[in-house]
Amino acid sequence: MEIMNLINALPGAAAQGLIWGVMAIGVYLTYRILDVADLTVDGTMCTGGAVCIMLMLSGCNVWVAMLAATGAGMLAGLVTGIFHTFMGIPAILAGILTQLSLYSVNLKIMGKANQAINVDKYDLLVSLRYIKNVPVWQNTILIVAVIILVLIALLYWFFGTELGCSLRATGCNPNMSRAQGINTARNTVIGLMLSNGLVAFSSALLAQYQGFSDVNMGRGAIVIGLAAVIIGEAVFGKIFRNFGFKLLGVVLGSILYYLVLQTVIWLGIDTDLLKLLSALVVAVFLAFPYWKGKYFSKPAKKGGSTNA
Amino acid sequence: MLELKNLYKTFNPGTINEKTALNGLSLKLNDGDFVTVIGGNGAGKSTMLNAVAGTWFVDEGQILIDGVDVTKLPEYKRAAYLGRVFQDPMTGTAATMEIQENLALAKRRGKTRFLRPGISKSESAEYRELLKVLGLGLEDRLTSKVGLLSGGQRQALTLLMATLQKPKLLLLDEHTAALDPKTAAKVLEITDMIVNRDHLTTLMITHNMKDAIQHGNRLIMMMNGQIILDIAGEDKKKLTVRDLLDQFEHASGEAFTNDSALLG
Repeated sequence: MEIMNLINALPGAAAQGLIWGVMAIGVYLTYRILDVADLTVDGTMCTGGAVCIMLMLSGCNVWVAMLAATGAGMLAGLVTGIFHTFMGIPAILAGILTQLSLYSVNLKIMGKANQAINVDKYDLLVSLRYIKNVPVWQNTILIVAVIILVLIALLYWFFGTELGCSLRATGCNPNMSRAQGINTARNTVIGLMLSNGLVAFSSALLAQYQGFSDVNMGRGAIVIGLAAVIIGEAVFGKIFRNFGFKLLGVVLGSILYYLVLQTVIWLGIDTDLLKLLSALVVAVFLAFPYWKGKYFSKPAKKGGSTNA
Repeated sequence: MLELKNLYKTFNPGTINEKTALNGLSLKLNDGDFVTVIGGNGAGKSTMLNAVAGTWFVDEGQILIDGVDVTKLPEYKRAAYLGRVFQDPMTGTAATMEIQENLALAKRRGKTRFLRPGISKSESAEYRELLKVLGLGLEDRLTSKVGLLSGGQRQALTLLMATLQKPKLLLLDEHTAALDPKTAAKVLEITDMIVNRDHLTTLMITHNMKDAIQHGNRLIMMMNGQIILDIAGEDKKKLTVRDLLDQFEHASGEAFTNDSALLG
């Protein structure tokens, strides 16, 4: 229980939290904006890393590899989108089907269950070795933080465009959207592609960070993503109203999640239990709005506006 | 303007819940017609509107809007021709978006949406003026979320959204049914104002016979998926609720059983 052990582990936890923060933004897009719980991400969270590592091992530039990883994730989102809209499969089931098929796809991409990449031989953008004792422009935490700010700026711009607004409307009220001439099926597919592209990009960062991609690295990713979204909203919801800040809140939620996780590990909990605890914590947080409405609702105000 | 030719629609065919909702329905609207639609429950009023809007496709028949065959056109494409207001005030607007964002969505109905700004500065000013006309004080709440508005305010906003791009046809599906009588009267007043101002061809379903008589230049009564009464012009002006009830009993051979129609 050396406190220094914990303090030394915190920067690494923060870096992981940032990387998963990109993933959590992806989950936010589907879960909060499109109003779809997309389970594809458990598969995509490996696909991105697998594509990135394999391309880099064959001599590809790191940025090209990450771009290809993002493209692969978007393809996975496209498949889920087609299952859901064109084939009429409920969104959750569509995501599970893609997730399961991605398990095979990921094995085929990597050729085996696990592929390592050596940080000394390849020019990685991020790595757990680049946390301390490196020049500041090589620092993983800084690099991922800058990437996240750029991503948030891009998403902020996109959701203010005509297409972005129509995407928000699609998630909020599909009937109204169709009545206003919005192709809701196409928009749902675009949203799923965007989300899974981000998740795969996050996966590519994570694989570099840990120095390998593994067929199981995405297991339970949706729960971590949801945890980040929920923690972010619970902690920062009152102060962050603007869409860009809401996304930032999700990233901060992800960092908090990993800091707490690190602390719990330091306290000496059996690490086999971590996923169980994560799931239970998310379950309780998801239940809060329901309980609040059921047991703590205030009676509606009488009177109110005199206008119509 | 609108032409319905021999429409058929059966829900749940081949099951115990089979229901023929449209049974050879034909209707022709002239440019500028404001038609009120009445009929008992299950007469096919909403089904007719949904058929025009493209919520699903009809089994048989043809739908023409301004001479264009839209029978096989999906709902979101037909929206280019149509303005719609629904019975449920929650249906017509996006609750988590701002008032001005909702209007901006409606402004782009029938246009390609891509990466141009979702709403421009000059638009806000335009919407402020348009909202003023409603007289509900919404012009000062452009950036409020629509979820904060009352049902009547939301219906008035939906009405404005439906007519922001002049539609070839305005579809009103019992759009005042969920409102209290005072609010309903206000929304109907706004409806009349907008329809007259923009000379909109309109189909308005109502279960209030008085409203059906007072508004519009033509009235149709439906039963069993067909039109059983079609009155326009001077004849309509002379109509009374008693006449309509008699007509209904005469046509159906039974008493009108919808209480709300009598009491309204």
